[in-house]
Amino acid sequence: MDSEKNNKPLSPKAALIEQLASNEDLYLENPASVWRIAMRRFFRRKIGVAGTVIIGFLLLVAIFAPYIAPYEPNQVLIGIEDIRKRTPPCIHILDCPADQPQHIMGVDGNVRDVFSRIIYGSRVSLSLGLSTVTLAIVVGSALGAIAGYRGGFVDNLIMRIMDVILGFPAFLLAIAIVAVLGPGLKNALLAIAIVAIPSYARVTRASVLSIKEIDFVAASKALGASSTRLLLTRIMPNALTPLVVLGTLGIAGAILEAAGLSFLGLGAQPPLAEWGSMLASERNQIFSSPYLVIFPGFAIMLTVLGFNLMGDGLRDALDPSLNE
Amino acid sequence: MLSYIVRRILLTIPVLLGILLVTFLLVRAIPGDPCHSMLGEKASEEACARFDANNGLDKSVPVQLGIYINGIAHGDFGESIRFSRPITQILVERLPMTIELSLAGLFIAVSVGIPLGILAARKHNTGTDIATMTLANIGVSMPVFWLGLLLAYFFALVLKDTPFQLPPSGRLSAGLSSVPFYEVWGWDPGEGGKAKFWEFISNHEIFNSIVTAQWVIAKDAIKHLILPAVALATIPMSIITRMTRSSLLEVLSRDYVRTARAKGASEKRVVGKHALRNALLPVVTIVGLQLGALLGGAVLTETVFSLAGVGRMVFEAITARDYPIIQGFTVVIAMGYVLMNLLVDISYGFLDPRIRLE
Repeated sequence: MDSEKNNKPLSPKAALIEQLASNEDLYLENPASVWRIAMRRFFRRKIGVAGTVIIGFLLLVAIFAPYIAPYEPNQVLIGIEDIRKRTPPCIHILDCPADQPQHIMGVDGNVRDVFSRIIYGSRVSLSLGLSTVTLAIVVGSALGAIAGYRGGFVDNLIMRIMDVILGFPAFLLAIAIVAVLGPGLKNALLAIAIVAIPSYARVTRASVLSIKEIDFVAASKALGASSTRLLLTRIMPNALTPLVVLGTLGIAGAILEAAGLSFLGLGAQPPLAEWGSMLASERNQIFSSPYLVIFPGFAIMLTVLGFNLMGDGLRDALDPSLNE
Repeated sequence: MLSYIVRRILLTIPVLLGILLVTFLLVRAIPGDPCHSMLGEKASEEACARFDANNGLDKSVPVQLGIYINGIAHGDFGESIRFSRPITQILVERLPMTIELSLAGLFIAVSVGIPLGILAARKHNTGTDIATMTLANIGVSMPVFWLGLLLAYFFALVLKDTPFQLPPSGRLSAGLSSVPFYEVWGWDPGEGGKAKFWEFISNHEIFNSIVTAQWVIAKDAIKHLILPAVALATIPMSIITRMTRSSLLEVLSRDYVRTARAKGASEKRVVGKHALRNALLPVVTIVGLQLGALLGGAVLTETVFSLAGVGRMVFEAITARDYPIIQGFTVVIAMGYVLMNLLVDISYGFLDPRIRLE
C-alpha cells in the first residue's frame, strides 16, 4: 500500500474499508476458478477418485506396455517354448511347476501369450475410446453450436438430421454403417463417432441457447466481436462443462461399442491384440478354456467401469445442482 | 391431450422418412458397384445386368427411392441375396424371437431395476445403497457378450446336473416343436398377408405355447430365454436402478414430502403414495431409450446364445454381404424403436399433464 496514503488521517469509515481491503482473508481465500472448485469437489468423492485411479493405472499399462508384457503381442510361441495351444494359466508362485513356462493368463489358440496381448490391448481400447469421442465432440459440438447460435432454418435442419440418427438404436446403426463401409478398426471408429454425434450436438445447442442470452455476450457483441469470436471465445468456453461429463461417459460407451463390433468381426481384425476380437476368436472355447474369454472381457469391463466412475464423479463435481 | 398426441405423431413422421432415406442411402454408399460387392468379384456382365434389373438399380436414384418406399409401405422389403427369399418371410420367422427376447429383457430390467433403485434411495448412504450402486456401476460396464458367455459357462457347465442348470443356446431343446395356435384351434389362417400375420403371431414361441396350453414347450422356451434375457437386461437394469435412485432422492428432498412426513404419514405412504409418482416420471423416459439398447444388444445376445432372431440374422448377413437383409432389418428395427418411443412419449403425456402444454 502507498505510504503517502497511510500518513493521511482517515475518516472511521474509510479506515474500516482500508482495513477490510488489506485483510484478504475476509474475502475468498483464493479467487478460485470454477474448475479449481470442481477439482476439489471431484477429489473429495470416492467415486471419481476410484475412476481416476483405474484410468490412471490403465494409462500407465498402455504407455509402458513393452516393459510390462513378457512377450510381443503377436509372437507365436511355437518352436520358442515347449507349449501347446490353449495351455491354461501357469503362475510359478501359485504352484505351477517351475519347468513349465510361465503364462499368467494362459496361451491362446494361436499359441500367443494372453497376458501380453491384454497389456497391448489397452493401447487399442484407450486410443480408440479417446479418438472416437474427440471426433464426435468436435463435430457434434460444432453442429450444436451453429444450430443454437444461428437458430431458424439452419437449427431446424441440423437438429432434424440429428433426430433421424437418434431414431436408430445406436449400436444397430453402427453395425449397418460398418457393414457398408467394410469391417476394420478405422471404420468402426467412424461409425461409433457418427452415432454419438447427436447427443453432443443436442447438449451443446442447449448450452449455447442459454449462454448467448447472458449479458456478457451482448456486451462483447456491442464491442463489435464477430460471430466466430463470440462463439469460440465467449460462448463455447462456458458450454464445456456438460461436454466434459458427457464425453467421459461417452468414452466408456465407445469402448463398449467398439468391443461389441470387434466381437462381431466388424472392428479390429486379427491378429491385432484387441480385447473384443480376442474374446470373439475364442468364444467357442468358453466351456473348455474359459480363461481365454474371462480375461479379455474383464479388461473391457474394468476400462469401461473406470470411465463411467470418472464421468459420474465429474458430473457430481461440475453440476452444483446435484449436490446434496 | 388429443392435440398433444397428434403433435407427437406428426413429429415422428419426418424421423421415419429420414430413417427410410438413411437406410436407402446406406446401401448405395457401398464402395464399388453393388453388383460385384454382393454377387462377388467374379460375377459376369450378364449376371450383373440381371441383378441390376431385378433390384431396380438400372433406374435413376430418385425412382429407386420411390420404389423402395413404395415397397416398404406394402410390406415388401426386397429379397435376400443369399437365401433368394423375400425378406418379409424371413422377418415373419425371425422377428418374434427378437421381440420375445427384448420384452423379456425389458421386463427383467424394469421389474428388478426399479425396486433396487427405490431400495437404494430409501437406505441412502448405507451399506445397502453403496452395494447396490457398486453393482449397478459394474452392471453398466459389462459387455453384453462377455456376460452372456459367463452366464452360459456358469449355468450350463458349473451348475450341470443341478436343478439350476440352464441351456446355453438355442430356442427350444432338440426334438421339440410347437404347433401354431391356429392349427390347435382348427382355425383357417387364410392366405397371403393374413396368413403371414398369423404365422408371425404364432412364431412367438412362449405366447403361442401358453395360449394353447403346450406347457412342456412353454417351460422349455422360457428356460432357454432366461440366460439371454438376463445378459441383455443387465445394462438397462443398471441404468434404470441408478435413475430411479437419483430421481427418488431428489423428490424425497422436496418440501411436499417433508409436509407429508410432518403430518405423520408412514414412510411407506410417503414413498409409495407421494414421492414415487413424481420420481418415476424421468424413469419412464429412460425406459423408452433403453429399448434402443435392448434392440442393439439383441444382435450380440442372439449371436452368443445361437438364437435364430433378427439380430443373429443381421450378423450372418454381414458376413455374407447380404445387404438387402441388413437394410430391411435395420429399417424394421429402427421403425419399431421410433414407434415404441412414440408410445412412451404419449404415455408420458398421460402421466405428467405439464408435458402436454409444452
